[in-house]
Amino acid sequence: IVIHGIGYIIMYCPIVFQWATVRLERGAKENNHPLYKPYSNAIIAKEPTSLEEEIKEIRRSGSNKDLDSASEFEMSDIFYFARRGVESIMDDEVTKRFSAEELESWNLLTRSNYNFQYISLRLTVLWGLGLLIRYGLLLPLRYMIKNLLSEKVHLMCYRICVRALTAIITYHDSENKPKNGGICVANHTSPIDVIILASDGCYAMVGQIHGGLMGVIQRSMVKACPHVWFERSEVKDRHLVAKRLSDHVDDKTKLPILIFPEGTCINNTSVMMFKKGSFEIGTTVYPVAIKYDPRFGDAFWNSSKFGMVNYLLRMMSSWAIVCSVWYLPPMSREEGEDAVHFANRVKAAIARQGGLVDLLWDGGLKRDKVKDTFKEEQQKLYSKMLVGTQEDRSRS
Amino acid sequence: MGSRASSLLREEEIEEIKKETGFSHSQITRLYSRFTSLDKGENGTLSREDFQRIPELAINPLGDRIINAFFPEGEDQVNFRGFMRTLAHFRPVEDNEKNKNAAVSEPLNSRTNKLLFAFRLYDLDRDDKISREELLQVLRMMVGVNISDEQLGSIADRTIQEADTNGDNSISFNEFMKVLEKVDVEQKMSIRFLH
Repeated sequence: IVIHGIGYIIMYCPIVFQWATVRLERGAKENNHPLYKPYSNAIIAKEPTSLEEEIKEIRRSGSNKDLDSASEFEMSDIFYFARRGVESIMDDEVTKRFSAEELESWNLLTRSNYNFQYISLRLTVLWGLGLLIRYGLLLPLRYMIKNLLSEKVHLMCYRICVRALTAIITYHDSENKPKNGGICVANHTSPIDVIILASDGCYAMVGQIHGGLMGVIQRSMVKACPHVWFERSEVKDRHLVAKRLSDHVDDKTKLPILIFPEGTCINNTSVMMFKKGSFEIGTTVYPVAIKYDPRFGDAFWNSSKFGMVNYLLRMMSSWAIVCSVWYLPPMSREEGEDAVHFANRVKAAIARQGGLVDLLWDGGLKRDKVKDTFKEEQQKLYSKMLVGTQEDRSRS
Repeated sequence: MGSRASSLLREEEIEEIKKETGFSHSQITRLYSRFTSLDKGENGTLSREDFQRIPELAINPLGDRIINAFFPEGEDQVNFRGFMRTLAHFRPVEDNEKNKNAAVSEPLNSRTNKLLFAFRLYDLDRDDKISREELLQVLRMMVGVNISDEQLGSIADRTIQEADTNGDNSISFNEFMKVLEKVDVEQKMSIRFLH
């Protein structure tokens, strides 16, 4: 019954938030203070012209000469690279994806709002009330529930965790749920992803053996279900990892493996290892897309900035976690397709379903290699502009 | 995210930056947000590594030269003021600015200062001259491995020949400006803001 009550509260939350935002904005206008709206779109206008077009244009404006007999190199060519470079410093597609999605509507969580000001008394009271409810009611409620579950069955465990976080999850297309002997691949935003998926099905986890809190949790999980854990040293050996994984999937009685091929992890090197590896194993992949509704609580965990406990506390004291899970139809590596290509195909499918932007540069799939090739491409393009004219000259 | 509150930009600072660079209030706050998102160490300054982490900049053939432009001689960290001062070079030139009192020191985004930014990209040792060697090095960065040394050498020689008026076999800033006097620098070295 309590859960239902909380459910109702959550339904009405967006309305409250919107109202609060409107009041805040009105108050800001009255004080003639420009209210900073966290980014809703790009800062600068980027010209979509190509290298060749732009450099030709720069040269054209600089000389009276006919373009056919234009010299091979102009000192003004550098303007193109300079401007492009500074544009990317001001605003680039990748880095902004990795900062938490900033919210347009102030959701009473101070953390999300940079311009928090006490505009009106009513607003203050509302904020205070919200704070009270959050810390006074929901947090202890969750702790109570958590203490009870130490001996429960695996699935029940996770389901209650989910309720403790007051998560509202919608599962779509459950007919595509991962079957035994397969690998489940999902995009990764937070450790809660694990809880969300595990509460809807039993999986074998793959991961590194951690010390501390995580270690305790891992050991207890192993008792319930057979998982595949690695020592830190073993992680370095890609072949060992791949072998262990394929052994597990070959055994059809074993549960499907849950892998997050991208995204942050406590130790970033281990993520890199699994990435290509999981797609090289010749078995069916069940992609899963997880998308969080950012209006209710920021599930994103910037592991380079916050520790686990800090994160958990934040999560527990947020209003709720609302997300959707889509089980996508299974995919297999096609004839002649290499692991990287397959990985990209799966990634694209997940991104499309979850409405996430499919970036070429995520997490780090051979990041450095990709960078060099792109740079070389630009250099090649530019060289053609210089050398091309030279060949014409020698001909005439 | 909670720790960012401690480094919020104060109103006085915003005003100072506004005066110095000409950026608007909202542009400054947005660029501040950008600055803090690049500042992984959260110490209020950016290092060269922080810039190199930007993928689009890393693939720019002149990426390192551009990054260098942010750091004054001998320094490895740049604070928000310095960051804005360098970015200010790429502000578009507004018409009403051209009429502003000439007594005020030249704005950072003037034509001359834009050209100076570009000049400094070539001038590797900051001696206010572009030598043949420096030009070769920068050219090499731009073309990669696709052009032979001889070809590149002749391109450099030709360029210096055309620009050098005082016969010292290198290009001074004035000579540089003369070569580019017809180029629409204001437009080509400007970045348009959406707000």
